Amino acid sequence: MEAFIDKQLFQFVAAASIFIFLAHRLLLVRKYLRQEYLAQKSVVDQINSYLPQTQCGRCGYKGCLPYARAISRGDAINKCPPGGEPTILKLVDFVNEPGFRLNPAHGVFQPPLAAIIREDECIGCTKCIQACPLDAILGGPKLMHTVISSECTGCDLCIDPCPVDCIDLVLLPTPKPRYWLTPKIQNSRFNTLETDL
Amino acid sequence: MRLVENIIGAMRGKAGTPIPGGIKPPDYKQATLRSRLMPTPIPRELILPLIQHGSTRTKPLVKPGDKVLKYQTIACSEATGIVDLHAPTSGVIRAIENFAIPSPLNKESMCILLESDGFDAEIDHNAITDYCSLSYLELAKLIEEGAIFGLGGEGYLNRLKLSSGKAVKLLIINAAENEPYITADEALLREKAKLVVLGAKILQAACMAEHCVIAIDSNNTDAIEALEQTQLNCPIELIKVAPKYPTGSEKQLIQTITSKEVPSGKYPADIGILMHNVGTAYAAYQAVVEGKPCISRITTLAGPALQTPKNFETLIGTSVDYLLELCGLNQQDHTMTLMGGSLMGVKLARTDVPILKTTSCIIAASNAEFPPPALEQACIRCGFCADACPVSLLPQQLYLYAKCQYYSELISHGLNDCIECGACAYVCPSNIPLVQYYRASKEEIGNQLKNEMSSAQWKQRFQYHQYRAKKDKEASRESKKRGAVAKTDEAVQSAGSTVQNMLPTFSRESAKKEIAAAVDRVRKRKTRLIASSSDENTESSK
Ligand code: SF4
Ligand code: SF4
Ligand code: SF4
Ligand code: SF4
Ligand code: SF4
Repeated sequence: MEAFIDKQLFQFVAAASIFIFLAHRLLLVRKYLRQEYLAQKSVVDQINSYLPQTQCGRCGYKGCLPYARAISRGDAINKCPPGGEPTILKLVDFVNEPGFRLNPAHGVFQPPLAAIIREDECIGCTKCIQACPLDAILGGPKLMHTVISSECTGCDLCIDPCPVDCIDLVLLPTPKPRYWLTPKIQNSRFNTLETDL
Repeated sequence: MRLVENIIGAMRGKAGTPIPGGIKPPDYKQATLRSRLMPTPIPRELILPLIQHGSTRTKPLVKPGDKVLKYQTIACSEATGIVDLHAPTSGVIRAIENFAIPSPLNKESMCILLESDGFDAEIDHNAITDYCSLSYLELAKLIEEGAIFGLGGEGYLNRLKLSSGKAVKLLIINAAENEPYITADEALLREKAKLVVLGAKILQAACMAEHCVIAIDSNNTDAIEALEQTQLNCPIELIKVAPKYPTGSEKQLIQTITSKEVPSGKYPADIGILMHNVGTAYAAYQAVVEGKPCISRITTLAGPALQTPKNFETLIGTSVDYLLELCGLNQQDHTMTLMGGSLMGVKLARTDVPILKTTSCIIAASNAEFPPPALEQACIRCGFCADACPVSLLPQQLYLYAKCQYYSELISHGLNDCIECGACAYVCPSNIPLVQYYRASKEEIGNQLKNEMSSAQWKQRFQYHQYRAKKDKEASRESKKRGAVAKTDEAVQSAGSTVQNMLPTFSRESAKKEIAAAVDRVRKRKTRLIASSSDENTESSK
């Protein structure tokens, strides 16, 4: 009788301790995964904060955040033409890997642009509104459209969809006068970087 | 407060504690001090830039063809802290358009072109003789209406300096001019010491400072003598500082006088100290006692290419060419023109530009005294520059980071505290134009900050766009589920018709016509494009 009870008790205790052990492990794994996820997320956020947020998709991803995710998984850091060299240099410092000059397959670095609609030619087809990633265009069906220039990133996504080609990309005037003669800054960091091509 | 008192008491009449570093470049002041301070004749044309300070433009109150009188307000500001623009003489407004302004690049800006009629007829202005009875607010208002801002060359706004809202313990009138060529302050003190002291008193009353001192280079003997004669029975102290460049720079002078350093990123007002130039004090005297707004300033015309270098009391807007001509410019020797001193100044791209309220000096350089810059060589890490830096920065390190555009490191090495004095470049044996690197980097950092701000805005907007797109999708799925497609169609149509009702000129036919025309245009362009591209193809295949 005693032996029987002991056996049952033993079985129960053994099962319970195995269960507790497994549950604890599971919780640990979950915690670890969560930490990993958060760390990854903050890395992606950090990388995203270095990207220019033009949302043009020239890097081959649908916006800056997806590209930041791709960089965190090891994609090349020289695919963003709107950011150009300043962005690459910031990323070089952050991801700590050799940088390359901007990959021309994705485009060339340009001074800031903004879209302007030639309003008397617009036929109000709303195609540009649907294309704009920043909701920077104002208008309605069969009505004139216009760009809210303070919100426009100059990403050029609205240019192609327009059936009457009435959207122009113009250079933004540089607001601050350049008073100083810039000496030729040869970037020694770039000179030591390999070229990717 | 006792600290300041003690310090001032201890160094009454003595040279102050010197700043770290600094340089003693050779002195070229005697040439311009030989002749008296002269008012310039009124030139035929005056160019008055609408942007007087910063990047805020004043709004013109006149239009081409208008007749204006001397001291009349011709442009006013809407933003706070930007002063009005006054006509320096009577005449006719000829144009308001882009003219060249002083800059190392060919920069243009919106200016008022005033053609003088030679009568110099003044608008009514009231002189105030008993300014002592005015309250500090009234004084500050009068000074502000006088359109004065920092005439020392740094162009810091008077209003910001006067009413920063903090209790002011010490007002320093800065006459410690130690750029090797500039003598504008010394000439002014020599001739008008009494008025400058009166102006200093007015400034002191306007900012309610407990103490007021005039700081002056100990080797400006004439000016010191003139001041000592007027200073009898007057509570303003005279402090002589050792002649060492750049003691005359704002934070450095404060350090010399009070042994206190203005913390990085703070203004002198934050530690209860204000500083004004002697030119500003003189302008304050004119604005309050004589009721005349600031329309002229003292400018030094120096340099080996001038036959008679001297100091002028010149109208704002006078062209540099005109002044050079007055001093007998020797065309053969003249190689370049510097504005604002030989160490901190900038090379002018062209000389048909106006004198601004901040122009303290014009130098007509020749090859003998200003040889063309020697070849820039590699940094040998000698450390001379670090010894010379008055802010105790590491210029060689800043140079390396500037060269490889390492902006975060530049900031952490104190680039923002660099006062661009040029002492480091002066002593550098490798002839590296260090200051140019710093200026370019500062500008680039400013641009990047601006870009980051717009990036943050765009990011937010993009996130909102995605959120909206998701909502729209969900909404349309919902409505489809309910089979309410027909209804929404109706709703859309009725909404469309209300829009059409709201637009009186809108008609269906004309809209159709326009769309047809637009489509036609596109078709034409496309055929043209195809034609041209096929042309190219055939050409390239050939
Ligand atoms: S190319 Fe640059 S700006 Fe454009 S979406 Fe990609 S990361 Fe953003
Ligand atoms: S308006 Fe055009 S260029 Fe500007 S953000 Fe929208 S899609 Fe891009
Ligand atoms: S795509 Fe072109 S025509 Fe259509 S609404 Fe936009 S600007 Fe007007
Ligand atoms: S220019 Fe800047 S770094 Fe050079 S000595 Fe002056 S304060 Fe120092
Ligand atoms: S003085 Fe010139 S050469 Fe010497 S450490 Fe400084 S930058 Fe380099």
